[in-house]
Amino acid sequence: MGVIIFLVILALLVAGGFLVAFFWATQDGQFEDTVSPAVRMLIDGEIENTDV
Amino acid sequence: MVAPQPSTTKAKIKCHHCGDDCNENPFNFEEHFFCCNGCQTVYQILQNNGLCTYYDLNENAGISLKATHFEHKYNYLSEPKIQKQLLQFESEKLNKITFFIPAVHCSSCVWLLENFQKIKAGVYSSRLNFIKKELAVSYNPTVVTLKEIVELLITLGYEPSINLQSSERTEKSNKKENSLIFKIGVVGFCFGNIMLLSFPEYFNMDLNDLVDVQYQRFFLYLNFGLSLPVFFYGASSYLVGAWRSLKEFFGKQTNVMSVDIPIALGVIALFGRSFYETFVNQSAGYWDSLAGLVFFLLLGKWVQNVTFNFLSFNRDYKSYFPLAVEVVSEEKATYKNVSELVIGDKMVVRNEEIIPADAILIKGEANIDYSFVTGESATEAVKTGELIYAGGRQIGKQIELLVKKPVSQSYLTQLWNDQPFEKDKYTPTTELANLFSKYFTFITLTIAIGTGIFWWFVNPDKTWISMTAILMVACPCALTLSMPFTMNTVMAIFGRNKLYVKNQGVIQLMNEIDTVVFDKTGTLTKNSQTKVLYEGEELSTLQKQQIVAVLKNSNHPLSRMVASHLVNFQREEAFTISGFEEIKGNGLIAKIDGKEIKLGSAEFVVVLENSNEENANVHVQLDGKYYGKFVISSRYRKNWREVLGDLKKRFELILLSGDNAGAKTLLQPYFGESNLHFQQKPGDKLQFIKSSKNEGRNILMIGDGLNDAGALRQSQIGIALSDDAHSFTPACDAILEAKQFHRLPDFLRFSQISLRTVKASLVLSLVYNAICISWAATGNLSPVFAAIFMPLSTISVVLFAVGLTYLYAYQMGFLTNKVHKLKI
Repeated sequence: MGVIIFLVILALLVAGGFLVAFFWATQDGQFEDTVSPAVRMLIDGEIENTDV
Repeated sequence: MVAPQPSTTKAKIKCHHCGDDCNENPFNFEEHFFCCNGCQTVYQILQNNGLCTYYDLNENAGISLKATHFEHKYNYLSEPKIQKQLLQFESEKLNKITFFIPAVHCSSCVWLLENFQKIKAGVYSSRLNFIKKELAVSYNPTVVTLKEIVELLITLGYEPSINLQSSERTEKSNKKENSLIFKIGVVGFCFGNIMLLSFPEYFNMDLNDLVDVQYQRFFLYLNFGLSLPVFFYGASSYLVGAWRSLKEFFGKQTNVMSVDIPIALGVIALFGRSFYETFVNQSAGYWDSLAGLVFFLLLGKWVQNVTFNFLSFNRDYKSYFPLAVEVVSEEKATYKNVSELVIGDKMVVRNEEIIPADAILIKGEANIDYSFVTGESATEAVKTGELIYAGGRQIGKQIELLVKKPVSQSYLTQLWNDQPFEKDKYTPTTELANLFSKYFTFITLTIAIGTGIFWWFVNPDKTWISMTAILMVACPCALTLSMPFTMNTVMAIFGRNKLYVKNQGVIQLMNEIDTVVFDKTGTLTKNSQTKVLYEGEELSTLQKQQIVAVLKNSNHPLSRMVASHLVNFQREEAFTISGFEEIKGNGLIAKIDGKEIKLGSAEFVVVLENSNEENANVHVQLDGKYYGKFVISSRYRKNWREVLGDLKKRFELILLSGDNAGAKTLLQPYFGESNLHFQQKPGDKLQFIKSSKNEGRNILMIGDGLNDAGALRQSQIGIALSDDAHSFTPACDAILEAKQFHRLPDFLRFSQISLRTVKASLVLSLVYNAICISWAATGNLSPVFAAIFMPLSTISVVLFAVGLTYLYAYQMGFLTNKVHKLKI
């Protein structure tokens, strides 16, 4: 059963890693424009098709 | 020569580029129709560069180009000094600049602007921030100039807004906003994990079992550890705010208790009690309730701060004035930043350009349109040697001026040195919020102490348990959560209907309004869009041509309106016009090809006494015969009578107009004689609002131009009316798109309903609180019960308020407008 303690700590560390990733993303400005990246990603593919 | 005839076919052809209805003669290019040359040009550019996907993404994605003209407008961008002020990065081979482009509206825009390097050689990359409508461009200055980039953007319909403000680059810091998001992230993380680790407790672990007890302790201490950041980091702003408010309250600086106090009380009680339970009793604390409470509170705070970040509510004259002006010195023309103009500079101003500083006319014919600055609708002809005030717009030919005062000390800009502009306008908290937090704190404390005293005598063991329990569960969530969420919903609904409010406080303030002050020009009336209709006997093509030819000689606004209506009837060969005479306030008379032509007011043309006409009319008399009149109608906004009539029932209406008293009889039924004020200068308007405010009135001011800026700033709520929310609007609390002017009474009514909804949710939360508190008073509040009931009550109160708001919005027809979403 001792493994539970190990697992809980491990889970916290993994979740903490995501928390740090969230910090980084916010600081980096990834949430500032939530519209154009979504559009940009889909449109770019289309151009390559037409260019070929 | 045959004049173009209006087509008789009723089938409307839509422009392939912008989707507008094409007029009589659509431009036809490769089986596509275009409404104007500009639209066709864009199509050709895109086609030559293989970028016609633009039209596949969204139908009629383009921007109508009928009104663009920029011959010399952007010449100043070639001036290295001016460039330096705009560029973010400058080097030999690489320059970087960010434009604000208000016209960005759909996914086609994103696609085209981000493919900008394919159209223009020398552009390395361009990136669009859709939300802020900002385009960041990097380019090679040896291959392409800044001016070329800007002009190509304009040709494509994406005119960047470059004005005096652009040179003062102030990076808006997102730090404050980010710190709140960080807090939400941390607290959310802790909240989730504490809930997970509390599960064994929910399922009643057996504390007599040695193994179980070992785990139990591990979970408890872990929970404690996780709640440390919740208490010291997440809730820190509430604790500090409460401490500050308490100090002020007992220092007699204020008699208002901030809502932070009951929150801090609850948070401290939760933390203290849980600490005691964990370390003294070795039993489960209320860690999950603590984390949940702080998490929801922070969410509410975040929602409260959501704003329309693509709009600017703090604009001053600087975003109206041009960035640079042409300055002539010793026969050499250069461009100078407007803020660097000094007395004695000689500047050149062209058609449709704004005079940036008080100056004396030295050369040319000046015809100045002051409508945006003073509210006066007629243009003013200025003679050489006379003073022209900054902010006026030259209409006609190029003029030369001598600067008399630097920009910041001009007649108009002085207004901004006035007191109300010195500090940011702050939106006061409303009475409701103040009352609630005050009574809530006192009542909760009273109940807690009363319960404590009761148990002291009955069962002293339960005294502390019951008292802390009461403080823990008493949550002012109606105010801290249902208010922000409801107001956020209202803001979104208003935004959907083109009323953009600065923040939530404005909606709450709308309920306290008792006086509505209107500006006339541009607010009750339309500034530019006038509809000209001809009524009377049919005029022949020749006659129309004659009328245009005569009107061309006049600078009167009505003459120009009729002339632009008949613009298709301009004849290339000139008529012989003799004896042209313009009689001020009446009309004009002339002989054309030997025949007499009379155009003007009813008294002037047909000699009528009664001329109480609502619309401005230009009557036509040719060769002694009366034909009919051009009706310049809808100068007043759609449904203005209904709007005023409706508002009149609930508010006192006042008119402050910079114009003359011409419309007095028309407006009197709505405002009453004593409330009509004409010929008000910007400073007068400001003073008027100031003094009525001192009389204790709560004022809502609706205006549009710079002349209203002071008044808008001074009143409780200033609403700027604008034909396009992205074009210039003076500093204000809300921007209303002119098309929605007729809904103004509905907006005000809806803000009242929304506040009533909040009050209803307040009652609901009081019911929850009563249940919770009575349970807590018995001293039997278990951690599980608190952990389930507290978030549940919070969420149900918020859902109730938001749902009710949507229901009312649906009933009032606020939801019929579709939300503008990007199509891909």
